[in-house]
Amino acid sequence: MRLRILKSGHGFGTKVLFALIRTISRQPVLDIIKLVKYRSDFYGGPMSGVTHEAMRGPSTWSVGDRELMAAFVAKTNQCEFCTRAHMAVAQRAYQRDGKWLPDLLSDFDTAAIEAPLRATLLMLGKLTREHTVAADDMRAVLAAGASRQQIEDALAVCFSFNVIGRLADAFGFFVPGPEAFEAGAKYLLARGYQ
Amino acid sequence: MSDIRQARKALARRILEGAGRASLSERRTAFNNSGLAKQPGALVDKVARHAYRVTDEDITAAKVSGLSEDQIFEIVVCAAVGQATRQYDTALAALEAATGKE
Repeated sequence: MRLRILKSGHGFGTKVLFALIRTISRQPVLDIIKLVKYRSDFYGGPMSGVTHEAMRGPSTWSVGDRELMAAFVAKTNQCEFCTRAHMAVAQRAYQRDGKWLPDLLSDFDTAAIEAPLRATLLMLGKLTREHTVAADDMRAVLAAGASRQQIEDALAVCFSFNVIGRLADAFGFFVPGPEAFEAGAKYLLARGYQ
Repeated sequence: MSDIRQARKALARRILEGAGRASLSERRTAFNNSGLAKQPGALVDKVARHAYRVTDEDITAAKVSGLSEDQIFEIVVCAAVGQATRQYDTALAALEAATGKE
């Protein structure tokens, strides 16, 4: 973490919480938690409202689909922390739903994925990479079978992870081993983002 | 269906209009990624365009220019939210153009 305040500048109560997390999970506290808990009235609190609604609010996209979108946006942004974190949540969410997680990060073209989700991910990837999309890009997603509301829901996910991924990379989040992400995924699937 | 409009407004209002260590003007220009001095302008532009390229040296340069860690924290948050907001608004406009819905 590049800012000392984000690493160790939290108040006493938050440090106690971190100690509790370390004890219960037997894993280091993820840097994303350190970020959202630092002066949480400025960023962490208000942003949690956005992210929880995007990721756990009502939608015809499943939780697994939205976690997959988050991982895909992160991958496009070359954010290793967020890619690993949200692939871990997506894996658990799909498993819970009795589905296989499509292996789209390693081979997007051949991954077993339904047309509306595939077209939506392509559009999110373009938006993230090029910072813009056109009406024709949206028509392609609609033609693939996604509804207007599903596109809006996907854009909400994209907004959240275009914020979070930038912060993870700018602040230099430490990328821990898979066990730490598994512990984080378990929490996020059970409790969401608030 | 999920609706982030109110939550997004609250986030923008807090980081751009609420109390902070960076000035309101610094936070607003970071959000817009325009009109900033060399530092933190260079850092803000990197965060907005390709955050994965930010290095330790970029943060050090911002500190050397006289910014505190809290000011850098706020300015980077504003830069990230600003760029994501422009992407989101552009996409919603494209969706409206495609569907004809106002």
